[in-house]
Amino acid sequence: MADISIADLKTKAKIIRKEIITSTTAAGSGHPTSSLSAVEIATALFFGGMMRYDAKKPDWPDRDRFILSKGHAAPLLYAVLAEAGYFSADQLPTLRKLGSPLEGHPNMRRLPGVEASTGSLGQGLSIGIGHALAAKMDKKDYRVYVLLGDGETDEGQVWEAAMSAKKYQLDNLVAIVDQNGYQQTGPTAEVLDLRPQGPRWEAFGWFAQEINGHDLEAVLNAFEKAAQTKGRPSVILANTVKGYPLQDLLKADPNHHGKPLKADEAEKALALLDQMVT
Amino acid sequence: MATGKSTREAFGLALAELGAELNDIVVVDGDVHNSTRTEHFAKRFPDRFFNVGIAESNMVGVAAGLASSGKRAWLASFACFVMCNAYDQLRMSVAFPCLDVKVVGTHAGISIGEDGPSQMGIEDVSLACSLPNFTVVVPADEPSMTCAVRAIAKLKTPAYLRAGRPNVPIVYENGCDIQIGKANQLRDGKDVTIIANGLMVSAALAAADQLASEGIQARVLDMHTVKPIDEAAIASAAADTGKIVVAEEHLLHGGLGSAVAMAVVKQKPVPMRFVGLNDCFAESGPPEGLLQKYGLTAADIVRAAKELI
Ligand SMILES: Cc1ncc(C[n+]2csc(CCOP(=O)(O)OP(=O)(O)O)c2C)c(N)n1
Ligand SMILES: [Mg+2]
Repeated sequence: MADISIADLKTKAKIIRKEIITSTTAAGSGHPTSSLSAVEIATALFFGGMMRYDAKKPDWPDRDRFILSKGHAAPLLYAVLAEAGYFSADQLPTLRKLGSPLEGHPNMRRLPGVEASTGSLGQGLSIGIGHALAAKMDKKDYRVYVLLGDGETDEGQVWEAAMSAKKYQLDNLVAIVDQNGYQQTGPTAEVLDLRPQGPRWEAFGWFAQEINGHDLEAVLNAFEKAAQTKGRPSVILANTVKGYPLQDLLKADPNHHGKPLKADEAEKALALLDQMVT
Repeated sequence: MATGKSTREAFGLALAELGAELNDIVVVDGDVHNSTRTEHFAKRFPDRFFNVGIAESNMVGVAAGLASSGKRAWLASFACFVMCNAYDQLRMSVAFPCLDVKVVGTHAGISIGEDGPSQMGIEDVSLACSLPNFTVVVPADEPSMTCAVRAIAKLKTPAYLRAGRPNVPIVYENGCDIQIGKANQLRDGKDVTIIANGLMVSAALAAADQLASEGIQARVLDMHTVKPIDEAAIASAAADTGKIVVAEEHLLHGGLGSAVAMAVVKQKPVPMRFVGLNDCFAESGPPEGLLQKYGLTAADIVRAAKELI
């Protein structure tokens, strides 16, 4: 594990959360709650020593890949990439503005560090398989991480991908499902209940771990275990809270899908984050 | 005209040859390599060949990922399955990021015959043309398919290549040169121009023979590239012959005829006629019988040309 402490990681997570709230509120649209639930996952990967990358060389062939399959969580990706040094955090307030490469959904042709252009749900895992196959062919040891939403796993393509990843024994591939319990029109339990997901992935030949997705130590451990797993792909089912840790603020609409916080809500949210112990 | 191999077979053989020269070519299959003829590549280069099963969406995404990590990715399936089943994946995972993925749709058109409408790609060209960044190529015969495979391999951007099932007459008996975006003039004439691609090129030449015997001189253009279309060749045809017939083994909506008509209207409006599938599905039957029943023969082209004269 990296020399960075859990306390330092919590500080990073806090910075990222603030950027998510500020940038979406400034944009007047976007998906803050979908971004907030996966902050610890992305923080552990980029700053917890889990991923190998060089922000100065975004096309470095040996880099580990992070694919945001749930592309609507772009504000999370942008905040993380800025914090990692791919571009200046000064650009974050341009989110969704005309001319800005920080589009509503990630565009790999416009922003360094973005590995795939996503936004149509269900496609990222297949792309990740392509990268992972290329690594095996080229005898390179880079790893591929794909973040999916729990609602996203309704898509048939996800399971097509799951089957083929097993066929090719892609132990360099890790899928993370952000199990925040909501999708666009309601709770996943009501729209299409796929829980428990563990047995599903296991039946498809994957190594599955279910963890608390806001517990940084648990997240880091899960990535470590995935890295040690040989001969099959790994999935991490991260139980999270949509909008974490603003669930009290958002309790009238816990899903709060696809809309920014109003200015006064955003202010309260930022204050709340400041009070949180790290 | 002598009969040559099918364009799918020519594609499969050319791809395997190319695989021997370029070791970064990879091929993704959806359980149809014996139909699409990527089997030739698979046999020679099993380590660069991925059969992901009957899962076209995933097939396209895997190819996109391979291309993103520096491979020249090719994928092939039936034209209808890859285009219709995985269109969003082609749009989002390939066209939008403009990746080096070559998509080959075989069993295009109604000349597949007895298998019937479920297996016939009749809208694939229209769909491919609607993908920004895609080049769209429809070779006429075995030699031109062999050239086309090499021509599109040189592109770093996505392309759609259309191939057919049956063995087809050899149009280019003395070899050929396929330059992307440049029509091949196969015959000159002053009275009418017939613009065709794919299977309809040989029909266009037969139609030109028939017209010549009746004193009508037809220019024949093989418009193998539908996108980007050769506007200059179309403008000259309009200026020199004043009448244009377009023939394609595809729905009339959104195919070659639409692309040519747009160029004609832009460059020099002249009367036109269109030979193709008129807003319908075909049915099962022998290829020749189907082409006759659905109006895709030399006689149909002759009739259309005479309507203009
Ligand atoms: C193919 C596709 N269909 C529909 C949508 C619209 N959409 C955007 S986000 C979303 C819900 C996603 O839920 P989930 O994957 O659980 O992500 P969360 O926002 O909860 O993190 C939907 C349906 C889309 N982007 N792509
Ligand atoms: Mg969700």
